Amino acid sequence: MRKFLAALGLVPFTAYVVLFLIVPTLIAVGSGFTADGGLTLENLPVLFAPETLSAFWASIWLSAVTAVVGAVVGATLCWALAALPEQGPLRRVVDAASSVLAQFGGVMLAFAFIATIGSQGLITVLLRERLGTDIYADGVWLYELPGLVLPYLYFQVPLMVITFLPAVLALRPGWAEAVATLGGRGGSYWLRVGIPILTPAFLGSLLLLFANAFSSYATAAALISQGSQIVPLKIRAALIGETGASLASNAGVLALGMIVVMTIVMFGYGRLMARTARWQG
Amino acid sequence: MTSRVFYRRAALTAGVLALTGALAACSPGAPASEGGGSDGSVDAATATSAADFGGMDALVEAAKAEGQLNVIALPEDWANYGEIIAGFEEKYGITVNSASPDASSAEEIQAAENLKGQDTAPDVFDLGAAVALTNTDKFAPYKVEKWDEIPAENKESTGLWVNNYSGIMSLGYDADKLSEPKQVDDLLGSEFKGAVALNGDPTQAGAAFAAVGSISALNGGGIDDFGPGIDFAQKLRDAGNFLTVDPTPATIASGETPAVFDWSFNNIAAAADKPSWKTTVLDGPVYVSFYNEAINADAPNPAAARLWQEWIFSDEAQALFLEGNAVPVRIDALKEAGSVDEQLIEQVSFGTSSEDWISPDQAQTDAANALLSERWAAVVK
Repeated sequence: MRKFLAALGLVPFTAYVVLFLIVPTLIAVGSGFTADGGLTLENLPVLFAPETLSAFWASIWLSAVTAVVGAVVGATLCWALAALPEQGPLRRVVDAASSVLAQFGGVMLAFAFIATIGSQGLITVLLRERLGTDIYADGVWLYELPGLVLPYLYFQVPLMVITFLPAVLALRPGWAEAVATLGGRGGSYWLRVGIPILTPAFLGSLLLLFANAFSSYATAAALISQGSQIVPLKIRAALIGETGASLASNAGVLALGMIVVMTIVMFGYGRLMARTARWQG
Repeated sequence: MTSRVFYRRAALTAGVLALTGALAACSPGAPASEGGGSDGSVDAATATSAADFGGMDALVEAAKAEGQLNVIALPEDWANYGEIIAGFEEKYGITVNSASPDASSAEEIQAAENLKGQDTAPDVFDLGAAVALTNTDKFAPYKVEKWDEIPAENKESTGLWVNNYSGIMSLGYDADKLSEPKQVDDLLGSEFKGAVALNGDPTQAGAAFAAVGSISALNGGGIDDFGPGIDFAQKLRDAGNFLTVDPTPATIASGETPAVFDWSFNNIAAAADKPSWKTTVLDGPVYVSFYNEAINADAPNPAAARLWQEWIFSDEAQALFLEGNAVPVRIDALKEAGSVDEQLIEQVSFGTSSEDWISPDQAQTDAANALLSERWAAVVK
C-alpha cells in the first residue's frame, strides 16, 4: 500500500513529462516519417546529405568549443570564488549575476552583442576611431558561424558557475590539512584529492554545457540570417521556407538526428560515470 | 525581418489554433448565409461574375443580406489594408471580421481547412504566388467587372486567382552615410564595406529570393537564370561587403544595416524611424512579385466574398493600394483613366513602367530554387 502511494506521487510529474516532452517529441520526429497518412522513409536521406552532415559537424564543433572553454573558464572562476568569504559582497554578486546570465540568451543577447560589437556597435566604433583597429576588416564575422562563439560563451560561463560551484564548495578544508599532515606538498592535494573528486562533477557540467549549446536556437537565429550553418537553423529553414525550396517534413528527420547525437553523448557520459564510480566506491 | 511572413509565422499557434479551438467553439453562431441572391434563384457559391447575380446591384444586395465578410492575414499597416477594409465597410455597410492579421499565406489555407463548414472560415484569401499556385482546388473562379483591364499574365484564365498588388524590388540605404548607388556594381566599392544585407535567406524568404533574382537581372542574368545573382553575392562577400544579419526596422534605425534589398513598401516604411533612409530602384529590369486575390470555394459568405473581389479591383481600392506604396495590378488602367495622381504613380512605381517588369513563372521559380539550394550555402559558408 505504501509503495502504491509512493508511486502515486510520481503521477503528476510523469504526466507532465509525457504530455509536454515525450508526446511533442514523438509528434515532431513523427512528422518526418509520415506522408499522406502512411509511414515513409523517403525523407531519411536528408540526414546523410553533405550539407546536413556539415551542419551537424558545425553544431558539434560549436557546442564542444563553447562547452570546453566555458567549463575551463567557469571552473577557474569557481575555484577563485570558493576562496572568498561566503557572505562577502563579491561572491554574492558573482553568484547572483551567474544565475541571471545563465538564462540570458535569445534575441536579447543577440541584440546586446549587435549594440556592442556589431559593425556600428559601441566597442567596434571605439576601437576603429580611437585605436585604428577594424575588427571587421575582412567582413562582419559576428553574423557568421565563428561569431556565435562569443555570445554562446556569455551564457556558458555563468551556467558552469552555477552548476559546478556547489561541487567545489563541497571540498572540505580538512582534506587539504590531512594531505599536509601526511607530508604532501602544495600540488599533491589538487593532484591526488581535489581533481579526482571534482572530475565527475566537471564532466557532468561539461555535458550540460554541450547540450545547452547544441540545442540553442534563438541566439543563432537572431544573428545569422544567411545560410543554415548549424542544425537548429536547418530545422528553421525547413519549417519557415516560403519560396518552395524547403520541405517541412525534413524538420522531423533533422530533429531525430539531434536526438541521436545527444543519446550518443549521454551514453558516453554514463559509461564514464560508471568507471569513476568503480574506483570511488 | 520586416517581412509579413515572419510576423505571420509568429502567430501560428496563437492565431490558427486559438481560432480553430476556442473562437470557433465559442462563437454564438452568426446567422447562416442565405446562399442566394435577391430572387432566390442564384446560388452565390457558384456565381462566376456579377452577371450571374443579375448585375452589380443584385450582387450588392445579396452581399448586404449576408451582412458579414471574413478576411484573414491582412495587417492594417500592410499595403494600406486598414483603409481598404474600412472603405468596404463604409461603402456597403457590411461588417468585415479580420482574423489573424499576422498569419502567413500557408496559414490562410490551413485556417480554411480547419474551419471548413463553420461561419468563421475565411471568405477570401490574399496569398503569395507559391501558395496560391499549389492550392487552386480551394478557390472559386470569379471574374470581376474590371477583368478585361487586368493583363492576361496577371490572372488565372477562369479567375481562380488574380494578382492584386505588388512590391518592387528596391535598395534602401542610409543617405547620411552612403552615396546613392546608381548601378549594382557600385555596391562592391569600399564605401559599402560590411553594409549590404538581404531581407532573409533566398532559400527561405520570398523577399530575399526576389533580391537575388533582381540582382541577377541587373547583372546579365534574369528570371531564367539566377546564376549571375549568386555570383554577385559571392563577389560581395569576397569584398567583405555582404552583411549576413537579418535587417529589421531596429537594425536600420541603429545603422547596423546601412543598405538593404527589400520590397519597396518595406523600405519606404523603414524611413518612418530613420529619416535619412532612402529607397531607390537600380536602372535596368525591375523585379516585381504580385500577391494573389482568391475566393474560398467554401466561403461562408459567398456573395460578400465576390463583392470584396469586385472592391479590391475597383478604381477606389486600387488607388488605396497606391497610397500604401504598393503597386496595384491595374496601374496602367489607372494611369490611362487619369483617375489618380500622376505623381503618386511615379513615386510608387519609381518611374518604372510595366513593360520593364519581370516576375518568374512556376518553372523559372523551380529552376531558381534548385540552383539556390545547390549554390547558396557555399556563398554564405
